[in-house]
Amino acid sequence: MLQQTMSGRRTPLYLQHVNACARLVDFAGWEMPQQYRSVKDEQAAVRTAAGLFDVSHMGRFEIRGAAAGEFLQGMVTNDLGHLGADHAQYTLLCTSGGGIVDDLIVYRRGADDWWVVVNAANRDKDTAWFQQHAPRGIEIVDRSEEVSLLALQGPKAAILGPMKEIDPAAIPPFGIAGGPVAGVPSVVSRTGYTGEDGFELFVPSQQVASVWEALVEVGAEPCGLAARDVCRLEAGLRLYGSDMDQDTNPYEAGLGWTVKLEKGDFVGRQALQQMKAEGVRRHLVGLSGVDRTIPRHGSAVRLDGSVVGAVTSGTYSFWLQRGIAMAMIEAGSGPVGTTVQVDSRSGSGQAEVVSLPFYRGSARRAVRP
Amino acid sequence: MAERYYTETHEWVTVQDSLATLGITDYAQAQLGDVVFLELPRVGKLLEAGDSFGVVESVKAASDLYSPVAGTVTEVNESLNVTPELVNRDPYGEGWLIKVHLNGDLGEGLLDEMGYKALTEGQTH
Repeated sequence: MLQQTMSGRRTPLYLQHVNACARLVDFAGWEMPQQYRSVKDEQAAVRTAAGLFDVSHMGRFEIRGAAAGEFLQGMVTNDLGHLGADHAQYTLLCTSGGGIVDDLIVYRRGADDWWVVVNAANRDKDTAWFQQHAPRGIEIVDRSEEVSLLALQGPKAAILGPMKEIDPAAIPPFGIAGGPVAGVPSVVSRTGYTGEDGFELFVPSQQVASVWEALVEVGAEPCGLAARDVCRLEAGLRLYGSDMDQDTNPYEAGLGWTVKLEKGDFVGRQALQQMKAEGVRRHLVGLSGVDRTIPRHGSAVRLDGSVVGAVTSGTYSFWLQRGIAMAMIEAGSGPVGTTVQVDSRSGSGQAEVVSLPFYRGSARRAVRP
Repeated sequence: MAERYYTETHEWVTVQDSLATLGITDYAQAQLGDVVFLELPRVGKLLEAGDSFGVVESVKAASDLYSPVAGTVTEVNESLNVTPELVNRDPYGEGWLIKVHLNGDLGEGLLDEMGYKALTEGQTH
């Protein structure tokens, strides 16, 4: 008889998830917690206190070599020339044709220690992409196994006891600091994917369980991928694979601000320059569900009967108490305030085009050092 | 207590005299995650076995609800308008969806407790 078991990869916190009665789901080949309690409660914890996510399924790479900074500068769209020591930056990798390979965060620890964190689903693709472009002397080292990644998010994240030793309040947005968390030597960045103030913690995998438990002990609420998705959508943060992919360019995705054409040459620059000059034919907008409409991924978006685009991701926001979504629609078809129709299970619902984000949390933007 | 039967689409039904109570299973509510809205039929609506009688919307997805029975809707769980999370909290009790006055016998193809358990265990990967 065929024994069916979930065959996904597990993070070092798998036992903690099982013991907390998490509902586990497959995400990009990983067995990850969807939720521990209700999504509503977990999301409220992030918005009002502190939520704790295991995001160790994401890829962590160290870029080694004397010219690592220059190499990365030639790969990503944003300008690392403005990135000081102990700071991180959100950026994109693009193909030579200007399509988005992935969105990622580049971390500059000290002056010459470069790391990148990439989407779980793109780990292999990104490794190959970096390796394909790496000159002699540049090494792409996968550190994902030995270093786990936690996200501690929420207005109370900075005041939790185990965080105090690193003086979290002194870390600026997108800043990085090293020090002990619950006694375990860690690297902490003031970054996240929820729209809320908070931190991402790079912790040695062998000791990550004790850090997790110490944070839960003082009240951090374990949160699953479902709450993470609701939070990021409310905050207008794009999800690779849903809101953008290799057939999307940064301008369409509303991420033109991460493309610094003036910084010098990088992969995709020429195509992106042309795309910027030509303008976009379609772009990502926010949709706010009218009445009980929850726009869902893949649903057609119509204006006066004709299809003008499709929903790229959608959910129900308990915080805002309505359906919210992002949709890729024809440029000019639906300015903010336009009412559009969204196909749904029960026929058709209505949604209003709104600007992103839906919600501004306690997270602050990076200030250039 | 009347015996509970299940469908392959994860609804449950119990029958007392000729009144059937319908809901979604514990497995279904766990799969869906937090339920946020339910679209349920009006009292008086005539259902055939296999008919879609509504939609359940959760944070994750919208799913159709299928009636395993034929009959007339006599009651709809109005408390779900205000507290749809009852479906998550108590799917076999307070989270029931509709009551149907049966028009004949239960439809064919319903699963008993054992049969449904086998079905869902096969689906839990």
